[in-house]
Amino acid sequence: MLAQVIFYALAALTVGSAALVAFSRNIVYSTFALLGAFMGAVGIYILLAADFVAMVQLLVYVGGILVLTIFAVMLTAGIGDVKVSNRAVGTGPAIIVAGVAAIVMLYAVMRTQWHQAAVFTPAPTTYAIGNAFLGDYVLPFEVASLVLLAALIGAIVISRHEVRE
Amino acid sequence: MGGGITLNHFLVLSLIIFSLGLFTVLTRRNAIGILMGVELILNSANINYLAFAFYGGGKYDGQIFAIFVIMLAAAEAVIGLAVVLAIYQNFKTIDVDAAETLRG
Repeated sequence: MLAQVIFYALAALTVGSAALVAFSRNIVYSTFALLGAFMGAVGIYILLAADFVAMVQLLVYVGGILVLTIFAVMLTAGIGDVKVSNRAVGTGPAIIVAGVAAIVMLYAVMRTQWHQAAVFTPAPTTYAIGNAFLGDYVLPFEVASLVLLAALIGAIVISRHEVRE
Repeated sequence: MGGGITLNHFLVLSLIIFSLGLFTVLTRRNAIGILMGVELILNSANINYLAFAFYGGGKYDGQIFAIFVIMLAAAEAVIGLAVVLAIYQNFKTIDVDAAETLRG
């Protein structure tokens, strides 16, 4: 019962914030609504016994990506001038596309008999995830560091001012 | 999990967030708005990963993939926002239609 209440509260927070992101006409409201969506997702992750992933989400998304997005919004003046609508795809067709995608996925989710393992007791995951990163997943882990380095250098190269002599 | 929360609850929640993110990507001409929609879509994918990891018996593979998704989302956000700022410096707007010419 308690789990149900918590789940629906977190789901309402996440979906409500995501809807505000999607439908708000002001980009600044959208940016701050993104905070609610990310925090709701953190709660959902904790509900799914993924404590380490929840903390990574909190640090990277809320502490990193969201702050970066707010910076970008504030740095680009006149950001509210851009109309919310898209000339190629208006609001109506976009609702149809997203709605059809949602209905197809809902149909697939409801029709499929998902294999469910026996209920297990949640345990702290950090130890196991750390071992997996330096064991089975060591190559993707190292490649990920290269990707981050490339992103770091790329962002500096792209966004710096070109000074020509 | 007790209280009758099943895998389907999480899958439906994730598909609602995915649809809202898709709607955001489709309707925005504002480049930062498009990036926000992408973040919502990646979050919904992560909820799916963790839900399947939880209801699949508590293995850690799903959680590790979720961490990789978060890592790639961070890289994507950094590069995307750098490109947006570069476009803004060149065109004085972040309307994605303004940058369709690909000429500097």
